[in-house]
Amino acid sequence: MMIKDWFKSGSPWVWLNAAAVSTCMILVMGLLILIAVRGLGHFWPSDIVEYSYIENDKKTLVVGELVDTSVMSVKMAKESGYKLKNNTDTLIQHLIKTGNRDISGMDFRWIQQQNIQSERHPNEMIAIERREWGNFYGRLVSVKENGKVIATGEKAWPIAQERIEQALELFDEIEHLQKKEIGSINYQFERLRLKQKSLELKGEWTAEAIKSQDREKAALDKEYKGYQEQLAVLYKQIRRDSLVASESTGTELEIPLESIVHMTRPNSMNVFTKLGQYILKFGDFVSEDPREANTEGGIFPAIFGTVMMVMLMAVIVTPLGVIAAVYLREYAKQGFTTRIIRIAVNNLAGVPSIVYGIFGLGFFVYILGGNIDALFFPEAAPAPVFGTPGLLWASLTLALLTLPVVIVSTEEGLSRVPKSIREGSLALGATKVETLWRTVLPMASPAMMTGLILAVARAAGEVAPLMLVGVVKLAPTLPLDGNFPFLHLDRKFMHLGFHIYDVGFQSPNVEAARPLVYATSLLLVMVIIGLNMFAISIRNNLREKFRALEGM
Amino acid sequence: MTDLNNNQTPSLFQHGTLTRHQRWRLIKDNVAGKAVVLGGLGVIVAILMIFFYLLYVVYPLFGDAEVESISQYSVPEIQTGKTLLLAMEEQNEVAVRFTDQGKAIFFKVESGQTLSIKSLAIPENAEITSFSQGAPATGVIVYGLSDGRAIIAKHAYKISYPNDQRLITPVIEYPMGKQALLIDNDGQALEKITVKIEEEVTTVVAITADNRLVLSSYSKEESLFGEDNLEQTTSTLNLGTMNVDYLLVEKEQRLMYLASKKGYLSVYSIADKSNPELIQYLSVTENGSEISNLTFLNAEISLLIGDTTGLVTQWTMIRDDKNQQVMQNLRSFKVSDVAIVSINSEQRRKGFMTADANGMVGIYHSTAERELIKQSVSQSMPVYLTQSPRANAFLLQTADNQISFWQVHNEHPDVSFDSIWKEVWYESYPKPDYIWQSSSASNDFEPKMSLTPLVFGTLKAAFYAMMVAIPLAIMGAIYTAYFMAPAMRSYVKPSIELMEALPTVILGFLAGLWLAPFVEANLVGIFSLFMIVPLGVMIFAYCWQLLPKAIRHRVANGWDAALLIPVILISAWFAFAISPLIESLCFAGDMRVWMNDSFGIGYDQRNSLVVGLAMGFAVIPTIFSITEDAIFSVPKNLTVGSLALGATPWQTLVRVVILTASPGIFSAVMIGFGRAVGETMIVLMATGNTPVMDLSIFQGMRTLSANIAVEMPESEVDSTHYRVLFLAALVLFLFTFVFNTLAELIRQNLREKYSSL
Repeated sequence: MMIKDWFKSGSPWVWLNAAAVSTCMILVMGLLILIAVRGLGHFWPSDIVEYSYIENDKKTLVVGELVDTSVMSVKMAKESGYKLKNNTDTLIQHLIKTGNRDISGMDFRWIQQQNIQSERHPNEMIAIERREWGNFYGRLVSVKENGKVIATGEKAWPIAQERIEQALELFDEIEHLQKKEIGSINYQFERLRLKQKSLELKGEWTAEAIKSQDREKAALDKEYKGYQEQLAVLYKQIRRDSLVASESTGTELEIPLESIVHMTRPNSMNVFTKLGQYILKFGDFVSEDPREANTEGGIFPAIFGTVMMVMLMAVIVTPLGVIAAVYLREYAKQGFTTRIIRIAVNNLAGVPSIVYGIFGLGFFVYILGGNIDALFFPEAAPAPVFGTPGLLWASLTLALLTLPVVIVSTEEGLSRVPKSIREGSLALGATKVETLWRTVLPMASPAMMTGLILAVARAAGEVAPLMLVGVVKLAPTLPLDGNFPFLHLDRKFMHLGFHIYDVGFQSPNVEAARPLVYATSLLLVMVIIGLNMFAISIRNNLREKFRALEGM
Repeated sequence: MTDLNNNQTPSLFQHGTLTRHQRWRLIKDNVAGKAVVLGGLGVIVAILMIFFYLLYVVYPLFGDAEVESISQYSVPEIQTGKTLLLAMEEQNEVAVRFTDQGKAIFFKVESGQTLSIKSLAIPENAEITSFSQGAPATGVIVYGLSDGRAIIAKHAYKISYPNDQRLITPVIEYPMGKQALLIDNDGQALEKITVKIEEEVTTVVAITADNRLVLSSYSKEESLFGEDNLEQTTSTLNLGTMNVDYLLVEKEQRLMYLASKKGYLSVYSIADKSNPELIQYLSVTENGSEISNLTFLNAEISLLIGDTTGLVTQWTMIRDDKNQQVMQNLRSFKVSDVAIVSINSEQRRKGFMTADANGMVGIYHSTAERELIKQSVSQSMPVYLTQSPRANAFLLQTADNQISFWQVHNEHPDVSFDSIWKEVWYESYPKPDYIWQSSSASNDFEPKMSLTPLVFGTLKAAFYAMMVAIPLAIMGAIYTAYFMAPAMRSYVKPSIELMEALPTVILGFLAGLWLAPFVEANLVGIFSLFMIVPLGVMIFAYCWQLLPKAIRHRVANGWDAALLIPVILISAWFAFAISPLIESLCFAGDMRVWMNDSFGIGYDQRNSLVVGLAMGFAVIPTIFSITEDAIFSVPKNLTVGSLALGATPWQTLVRVVILTASPGIFSAVMIGFGRAVGETMIVLMATGNTPVMDLSIFQGMRTLSANIAVEMPESEVDSTHYRVLFLAALVLFLFTFVFNTLAELIRQNLREKYSSL
């Protein structure tokens, strides 16, 4: 066929259109794969490499994990001021995570392939994940107890592992005491202070009240002292042991066991032990608190905050959305007005989320919250209780944001319930409400579920409005704890989406935090895609069901 | 027994319960129905309320000022002399009146009751010959004396809380010592005087009886032993026959303005205190009108000149094209038809207040060019006008020796329609411009709130996103709806739609931290991608139809897109692989450097290209999904008819299907555009967020939504900035609302059309 005829047939255009779909699919899949690979790779214990490297004509050792490799053309490299050997045509550089921030001042460095003389993977290399200063890479020298060496060389390894286990247990105990028990006492002290202020405001701060207050305070004080003593004992135990490790340059460093999270020898691990370590690290990631300005540790508070917020939102949005949909579909007279309302509701789904955020801040936080404070919490003034961004307002704002989703979806479900079913129910003498409650709503319930799931998926991924109405980078306490009233609607909370934004863009050490952000993204994407797939499958099932009904 | 009883009276009893039950059911039905109606309407009203709430917050921005007379009383202690200065302290409780006899009378603002009379430390053998006020916010005043000396004082207010009640105690302080300073060594009387005190330097300028200008500057220098030494620099300028009626030195003590009633203004540089230098001499009035008032606007960068015809003009020093300092008339206000008696600048904003000879006062804002109120407040001629530091009250002394106290409600004078949308000529800027610069460190700095650059940035980001999204989404939708095999479609459509749910924060993060550096390193690769991939697809398609049928028929109809995936991947790889070659051949090795060298195009790492790609990706599913629905729901009889008449599938598609579905496609594009306009996280993370107005694809932008996200948490409640941010939100809201409504209406019409077909 001639090219001209071929073009005339229109088939090249069809191919181009096909290419557009393929491109979209490639983009979608590529994005998911990119996040998955980068996010999952983060927890894999990678080998520690020891490069003998020439720097400024001197031989040094560079020890660390290989993170990234970049290739630069000769010309660009020369323009950037790199010196190249004559026979090379590209400049290959490796990004090495060298750790040991407390010694060298940085976590990462670039080295050039051309200056690497050799690389080794010594089995005895250890990687220590620490609570401060990031990772440590080096060799284990000895284990100390109360400053005295108790084991050196190869013998030190099992002893160190054993002691680290002990230290971790102690650490958990200390954490529990500090956060749960002492936190609870502090909370009660604060409540007493507020009670006193509120009594003073009411003019009921009598001698009797003072007495009972003092009694309670004394009891709390006593309890507090008890915990302090326990803590002192635990601290003494946990600080007993330490280990000495040497860095690549030979500098020896004493690391107290209390600051160690894990110690591994990745080079001597096989695939299965690495897998075990991988699962362990992933578990830590989803269950631990963040460390070092969120760039290390886990994301548990963010997961918890997201879930809490979304659950509260679901509780608010479901009844409201369903009632509005029932009104629109079952009660309102269909006509011009309902058409306008439908258009308006549909449009609200398209209103930028930041507009909801600014509305939430202005209306909920400042107006509603300010008034609630003035009415119910005069004793807390000038510190705001509800007059500041918090969990409740965030949930309300997102409920408003997702309301159109629920309304539209429920309405669709209601419209799919065959008329014959309604008529049958009414003919049997049921009232309108009974018909609705007993037959129509149960049949439409999968549609409501779909709407709710879509709403939850949207709310979980929304960040912009939350930045205004209650999300913080680091919340000291969870919104749910053991202190009365257990659910603290006024507290600020952490959120996965905001965590990504914050760690990726506001943290001082973006390079170190990047894998963590990928991992967080992966988690968020998986949750949201899972929710959506669930919603889609419910919707499809529902359609099948009613198609069968309509056929009857 | 009971059973028996029941059996005996079944019908009656049951009837009774039934009716009661029936009634109960009806009541339930009724109540529930009403509750649903109420609840449903409530919910709908609640969501519509967003709009009205935004409006409610924004509305005060454009409201006029209000003044309210509180009290009027005769001038306190009139026997102590004529008023030279009236001033109020911050709480509007205590005011002070300085007189030509060197007395300071502190009185209660509300009642005029005298609190205390303080005599200034005027030396016994000297007489007061001149007076002036320093920077109003500092409370500094200066009296010039007949023997060439001057006394500098300051009115200050100490606040204490005895018995939890606020008590304001006025005091007079002498920042340069109680001793009079010798200004003119010849001992001539000081006819005109002015003073400026800043932390380190104090400058006093005076004009003597024999028309010499004497300048004394005192700089504080800490000596080795921690003692403060005052170092004095003086200079004298013989003015000859020049007439000076107004004498001003600005706050930074670098410029000095001399003006005569006739309208001639001389500007001197006094950066070097020992050698004042004339910068410019010009006439600032027109048509023979005379200057009746000369004062600084807040921050003392520009002059307000009031004249006898009731015109107020604002002048500022700018750098012209030749980089020379010149005075420029920024704007003028026709305040009155008679002479302006007094102009008083606000201390914290760029507003000012005028009083004319007829007793008419007006409140204006210079930058916003607004007249906020004009009202007659007195029958008698005003003598002295002063505003409180917060500009929420003013005192007016009139010729009949009465002082009236007025309250002012003027919260947001600094914003007007023009200042938000049009070019504004800010002080010391060489030309009018659109500027967004909302943060302010001090009262002197004027927040510049033009939404135009933000709207521009929003549209720019949306435009580039649409450039990426429209072709991919619409072409993809056409293929999916019209050509694709149903089995494949059932996978493709949900997967692309799933992307709509992908949190934009993830896209933004990838755009900012992965895509932006990638694009920077592979700029040529990205551009060659746009050309090589379509070319590769075409070549493949041509070769494919040359293949023998046996091979071609192995791929079922409508699965071509799957075939193309490897083709696209390979051509994309190829595009990146040859990009270094292209770069070294066409762009001298580095495209960014080449662009900068040859065209002066700068490159910002987080630029519109990155935003376009990332946000385009976010918008694709929206457009794709609606377009696909529109095309898919084109009635089959139309296409079948066209095909039956001998049209090729492509002809049918172009001439029948797309035409029929075009309103739907249009509405898809609009909804996609609406989404791109409102998107926050991607732009926030993938651009530098600088509010520039630059069309270049290699520069960033700041959008309305990102701006709100960045600035809202730091904005003070109910401040002008807060309300302007709400205005930005309102603009976004209206924008998307209009677009979506239009799209929705089109879609509904389309649906009706189809149902009739």
